[in-house]
Amino acid sequence: MTRRRVLFLVALLVLLLGGLSWFLSRAGSHVGHSHQSGEAHATGAPAARRGGKSITDTGIEWPSREKIWRTVSLADYNTRIVFAGVTALGAAGGLVGTFLLLRKRSLLSDTVSHCTLPGIAMAFLIGESMGLSGRSLPLLLTGASITGALGMLAVAAIRAKSRIKDDAALAIVLSVFFGLGIALLVVIQHLPTGNAAGLNQFIYGKAASMTADDAQLILLASLTLAMICAALFKEFKLLCFDTDFARTQGWPAVALDLALMGLVVAVTVIGLQAVGLLLVVALLIIPAAAARFWSHRLGVTILLAMTIGATAGLVGVAASALFPKLPAGAVIVLAAVVCFAVSFVFGARRGLLVRWLEQRGVATRVARQHLLRAIYEWCESHAHNRHADPLHLLEQPVPVADLSAANDWSEGRATRLLRLGSSEGLLAWTPGSKTSHLTARGKLEARRVTRNHRLWETYLLHYADVAPPHIHHNADQIEHVIEPDIVNELEELLAGGEGRVLVPADPEKPVPAMRGART
Amino acid sequence: MHTAETTPLLLAVRDLNVAYQSKVVVWDADFDAPFGQLVAIVGPNGAGKSTLIKAALGLVPIASGSVRFFGLPYAEVRHRVAYVPQRESVDWDFPVSAVDVVAMGLYRRLGWCLPVRRRELDLARAALVKVGLADYASRQISQLSGGQQQRVFLARALAQDADLYLMDEPFASVDAATERAIVEVLRELRASGRTVVCVHHDLPTVPEYFDHVALLNMRVVAQGPVSSTFTAENLRKTYGARLTLLEEAAQAVERARVSLQHREER
Ligand SMILES: Nc1ncnc2c1ncn2[C@@H]1O[C@H](COP(=O)(O)OP(=O)(O)OP(=O)(O)O)[C@@H](O)[C@H]1O
Ligand SMILES: [Mg+2]
Repeated sequence: MTRRRVLFLVALLVLLLGGLSWFLSRAGSHVGHSHQSGEAHATGAPAARRGGKSITDTGIEWPSREKIWRTVSLADYNTRIVFAGVTALGAAGGLVGTFLLLRKRSLLSDTVSHCTLPGIAMAFLIGESMGLSGRSLPLLLTGASITGALGMLAVAAIRAKSRIKDDAALAIVLSVFFGLGIALLVVIQHLPTGNAAGLNQFIYGKAASMTADDAQLILLASLTLAMICAALFKEFKLLCFDTDFARTQGWPAVALDLALMGLVVAVTVIGLQAVGLLLVVALLIIPAAAARFWSHRLGVTILLAMTIGATAGLVGVAASALFPKLPAGAVIVLAAVVCFAVSFVFGARRGLLVRWLEQRGVATRVARQHLLRAIYEWCESHAHNRHADPLHLLEQPVPVADLSAANDWSEGRATRLLRLGSSEGLLAWTPGSKTSHLTARGKLEARRVTRNHRLWETYLLHYADVAPPHIHHNADQIEHVIEPDIVNELEELLAGGEGRVLVPADPEKPVPAMRGART
Repeated sequence: MHTAETTPLLLAVRDLNVAYQSKVVVWDADFDAPFGQLVAIVGPNGAGKSTLIKAALGLVPIASGSVRFFGLPYAEVRHRVAYVPQRESVDWDFPVSAVDVVAMGLYRRLGWCLPVRRRELDLARAALVKVGLADYASRQISQLSGGQQQRVFLARALAQDADLYLMDEPFASVDAATERAIVEVLRELRASGRTVVCVHHDLPTVPEYFDHVALLNMRVVAQGPVSSTFTAENLRKTYGARLTLLEEAAQAVERARVSLQHREER
C-alpha cells in the first residue's frame, strides 16, 4: 500500500470518529438544553410532534454519577451477567477470528451469520407449532446453528464442485439464505399468535436482554471453543499456513477445515443475541486484524486478539449500560474499530507510526553520516600536510558552498543537514553563515563515521563473496561485527590504496597515519 | 511390486492420467525414481511437472493409473516421503518464524494435540543450520528473501528425515551461491542413501547435478540415466523446435558430454 493511500485512510477514520463524537456530544448537549427549556425546541418539527417524539429526543441522556458508579462497580446483577457474557464472547471471537483471518476466509463468517436467520425463524415456527415457547433461546440457537452450518457447507460445496469463485459463492449463499429468513419473518408476523418483534433482536442484537442462563451458555461455549483451539493449535496453524503440506503429511485437512469453520459457526451463533447477525462478523475479524499489527508470533497474536475482543465487549456493554438508548452491539463493534485504528497507527510490528519512525530514524542517521563524511573529506583535501594528526585537520572552518558543490546538495538540503548537525551539537553553524566548523564531539564523530565507512567499503570490495548477508552495515563500529584480524587487514589495505589518510580508530591510539606514511 | 526386489523403485508411477476439469495435463505417464539417486524432472512451462508430483502425493485427483511408493500406496508410507512445494504455494505473510515453519515437518511425528517441545525446536534448528540459515531461525518468514524462504522449505523437508524427497523447483529464484549450497545438501542426502526427485528448469546444469532424468511434456518423452537420456534428440521432442531452446539444449548436451568424460576419467 502506498503511503499516500494509508494517510488517506487514516484521515478518513479520524474524520469519521471525529464526526461521530461531534454528533454524540451535540445530541447530548441538545438534550441537556431541552431539559431546561421544556418543550420550546419541539416547535420546529411538526412531523415529529405528531409522532409524539422528535429525532433529537432519542438522543443521549447523560448518566448520573451514581449510575456510573453502579455500572463500574458491577453493582447490578444484570450488568454483571451481561458483562461476563459479552467479554467471553469478545475473547472467543478474537480467538477463532485469528485463525479465520489467517485462513483467508473472513467473509465466510458474514455469510454464516446471515445464514442463521432462516434457522432462527424455523425454530420459532416449530416451537410455536409444538406448543412450546417459540422464544426459548437454546431452541432458536439450535436452529441458527443448523442453517449456519448448512450455509457454510453450501459454500464449501460450491467451491469444491464448481468453477464459481469464492466471492461469488459467498454472495450467492448469503443472499439465498438471508432472503429465505426475511420471508419467514414476514410469515411469522402475519401469524395470529406470532410476533416477530422478539426475533428482530437477532438481526440487530440486544445485549441487555441477556439472562443469566444466556450468559452461562456463552461462557460455556467460549470455554469449549478455547479448549478445542488450544488442543488443535498446531494443527490449525499448519492448516492455515500450508494446507497442501498438511495433506501430504496425512492430516485430515478437510475435517480440520470443517472443524475450524464449525468454531466460526459457534461463535457466530452465540454472538447473535449480543451483537446481532449483521455485526457479528466484526467481532471475529476486527480484533484479529488489529492484533496482527502488534506481533509476528501466532500465540501472541491470538492472545492480543482475545484481549482486544474482550475489551471491546466490556466497553460496549458499559456504554450501553450508561446510555440505555445506545445499541450495545454497535458500540462493541465501534470499540473494536477504535482498537483497530489505534493498532493501525501505533502497532509495534506493522503500525504506521513505527514504520514512519523507523524510516525517519534511518534517514536521519544516513543524513548525519553524509554530512560528517563530507566535512571530513573536505578537510582532508584541504590539509597542508596530508599526514598530520587528523584531529588538527578538522579544525578548519569549512565553506558551506564547497560542501554543497562537492556533494551536489541543493541549498535547501545543505541547510537542512547543517541545521541537523548543529542541533545535535556536532558542528557550529548559524543560519546564514558561510562557513561552519566541527565541535570537539563532531570531530570525533566525523572521524568515526569516515573510518567506519571506508573500512566497510574496503571490506565489501575485498570480501563480497564471503560477506554474510545478515551483517549490519550500520553497526556503530566495524569491530563489533567483523573480526579484528580482518579489520587490521582492511586498515592496511586502506592505507596502501588511493593515498587516502587512514582514519585512526580512537584518539588514545598512536596515530596510525604513520602506517599510511609508510607507502 | 515384483520389480522392487531387483532394483528397488522408491517411486513407481504407471499409466498416470491427470486432468483439471476436462483438460488432460498428464497423459499416460510412466515414471520411476531409482534408489539412491538424484532425479530431475524437466520440461517446458505447463508441461505438468508440478501436477505429476502433486498427483503422486494425492494432492490432485488421479483420473487413472497407479502410484506406488516403496511398492505401497502413499498413505501407508507418508513418513518416508518429504515434499518441498513451490515457494509461491503459501502466503509468507504469516505470523510464524522460520524455525516454526521447519518444525511443521515434525508435526506428524508428534501426533495429535501435543505441542512443539524443545526437542522438536532443536531438530528444526539443526535443519536450518544444514541449509545455512542458522542466523535466521527466529526471524518472521515474511522478512526472508525469496531464496531464504526456499531454503526454509528445504529445511522443513530435511527435518522430516525421509527416504524420498520430492521437490518442486528448489532452485527457483536462488542465486549461484545458494544453488551450490542446496546442491551440496542434495548430494549429502544421496550420500546417506536417500533419493531426491527435483523439478528442474535449468537445462545446462542437469548433467552436473543429476544422475537420472525424466523429460516430461504431458507425457514422459524419455527417462533414464542422464548420460543416455539427456540428448539433443530427446530435448527436441520435449521442448519442440523452438530455436533458442534448441541452442540451449545443444549447449547443455555438449556440457553433459564433457562433464561425463570428466567423471569417467576420475
Ligand atoms: N488448478 C488448476 N486448474 C486448472 N488447470 C491447471 C491447474 N493447475 C495447473 N493447471 C494447468 O495444468 C498444466 C500443467 O500445470 P503444472 O503446474 O503441472 O505445470 P508445470 O510443468 O509445473 O509448469 P511450470 O514449469 O510453469 O511450473 C498447465 O497447462 C496449467 O495451465
Ligand atoms: Mg510447476
